[in-house]
Amino acid sequence: MFDKANNLSVRNFMKSLGKFIIFIGQLFVRRESFKTYAVRTVDESIKVGYNSVFIVVIVSAFMGAVTTVQTAYNLISPLIADPIIALVVRDMTLLELAPTITAIVYAGKVGSNIAGELGTMKITEQVDALEVMGINATSYLVLPKIIGSVLMFPILVILAGFVSIYGGYLTALVTGVISGTDYILGIQMTFIPFAVTFALIKAVVFGFLVAAISSYKGYFTTGGALEVGQSSTNAVTSSCIAILAADYLLAYLLAPLLTP
Amino acid sequence: MITVNNISKSFDDKQVLFNINLEFEPGKSNMIIGASGTGKSVLLKCIVGLIKPDEGTVEFNGRSFANASKELQTEVRREMGMLFQGGALFDSLTVEQNVMFPLNVLTKQSEEEKLERVNFCLERVGLENVNRKMPSEISGGMKKRVGIARAIVTKPNYLFCDEPNSGLDPQTSIKIDNLIQDITQEYGITTVVVSHDMNSVLEMGDIVNFMHEGKILWTGPSSEIGDSDVQELNDFVFAGRLMKMVKGV
Ligand SMILES: Nc1ncnc2c1ncn2[C@@H]1O[C@H](COP(=O)(O)OP(=O)(O)OP(=O)(O)O)[C@@H](O)[C@H]1O
Ligand SMILES: [Mg+2]
Repeated sequence: MFDKANNLSVRNFMKSLGKFIIFIGQLFVRRESFKTYAVRTVDESIKVGYNSVFIVVIVSAFMGAVTTVQTAYNLISPLIADPIIALVVRDMTLLELAPTITAIVYAGKVGSNIAGELGTMKITEQVDALEVMGINATSYLVLPKIIGSVLMFPILVILAGFVSIYGGYLTALVTGVISGTDYILGIQMTFIPFAVTFALIKAVVFGFLVAAISSYKGYFTTGGALEVGQSSTNAVTSSCIAILAADYLLAYLLAPLLTP
Repeated sequence: MITVNNISKSFDDKQVLFNINLEFEPGKSNMIIGASGTGKSVLLKCIVGLIKPDEGTVEFNGRSFANASKELQTEVRREMGMLFQGGALFDSLTVEQNVMFPLNVLTKQSEEEKLERVNFCLERVGLENVNRKMPSEISGGMKKRVGIARAIVTKPNYLFCDEPNSGLDPQTSIKIDNLIQDITQEYGITTVVVSHDMNSVLEMGDIVNFMHEGKILWTGPSSEIGDSDVQELNDFVFAGRLMKMVKGV
């Protein structure tokens, strides 16, 4: 019984995966002019990137502040020099918080938006209308979203990293848990440049996953308004799971390269 | 000329279309009528290739469409205009941008030429001063008319309308019917109109195909519709006539 159910869910998962891969393949059957795609990509980039700046800044400022305070309280020991606190904040931000937490927030904002938009277009026959005009609706609608997301999300991650580390600095100054000089000293200690590359690789992967999965969920919506809501929710859930799985996989593959 | 050969379609276990054979002639308003849920919209979507039929083929002037290459499909589609049952306007674009959309994507006209054409089409469907409005700001009937304007803006060879006058008042409804008929004759378009409104059937149907539970039961000119001996068609028409008598039209 259990086995049977398990088999079924594996089968369903493989089926969705296959459908997802075919969906992604269809994106590259191009029919419209390059200019059309360029204009669409700029539009989508603004939509996913610029409109997420506010939430990303808020979240990462607090992320930096909280990390600094927490680390400081946990490392109260005469044996640990104060700059180490800043070092911890830096590494946590670059390696995990800036790409991954931002990606989760991004999935909640952009992922649900993409799925909702495409789902609505699907059920109100707007997608059909595009197809009848002889436009490859999949690539016309989805490809610019994915490219926009892959381009913009790394920028958001850089912003998040910067704001988070700066937020930590301001917190240090305001609360006095460590001095500003120690903080500045700490964030430069044993710095491994690959950490930034690592964060950006993650960002590209997460940017792709959120846009592609959410588009997929939205694009295959059938039914009515209720189903559009469900697609949005599913898009966020699936994106988050994919982000965490990819995070683990990338850590496994790339962490060994983190040597000075 | 559009030829529909032997189309069947099922969803899961439910067969919706049964071996449909039809011919649509250019310069004529070809109507498909029938009660709600008989499969008219599904048939129309099979014809334009939005739904892949389980069996059968569709030919546009001899070009087989259903199993054609992507390139040929695109080529044929660029000669099509379609009005969807709900209008299917793009929510994020204004009325003007909606109507201009096919021109933007499919042609290389200058901005002025496009605008002129858009205004001409909007005027023809009786819409003025709504260019800057969003679809959410106009009424259902207006959406439909914008949908028609968008469908005819590229001067298509084939025009498909799914219930062009549902949700419209009788006056506008007649205007729209006349409009569709005019452009059909003027440009020699092959027009296929799905409807369940007897008024417009009698008004504009050059050739009427009556559909019942996924089958075509009767085909003929609208003037002969009363003389048929198909019981289902008589029921359908009689319901319409009864309505007219009650309303005293
Ligand atoms: N995508 C689909 N999946 C499953 N069943 C469908 C699908 N589309 C349509 N059907 C079914 O096919 C039948 C015919 O639907 P269709 O929309 O063609 O009716 P219609 O003749 O256009 O009716 P109306 O005049 O109300 O628009 C209905 O019973 C409907 O439930
Ligand atoms: Mg219908």
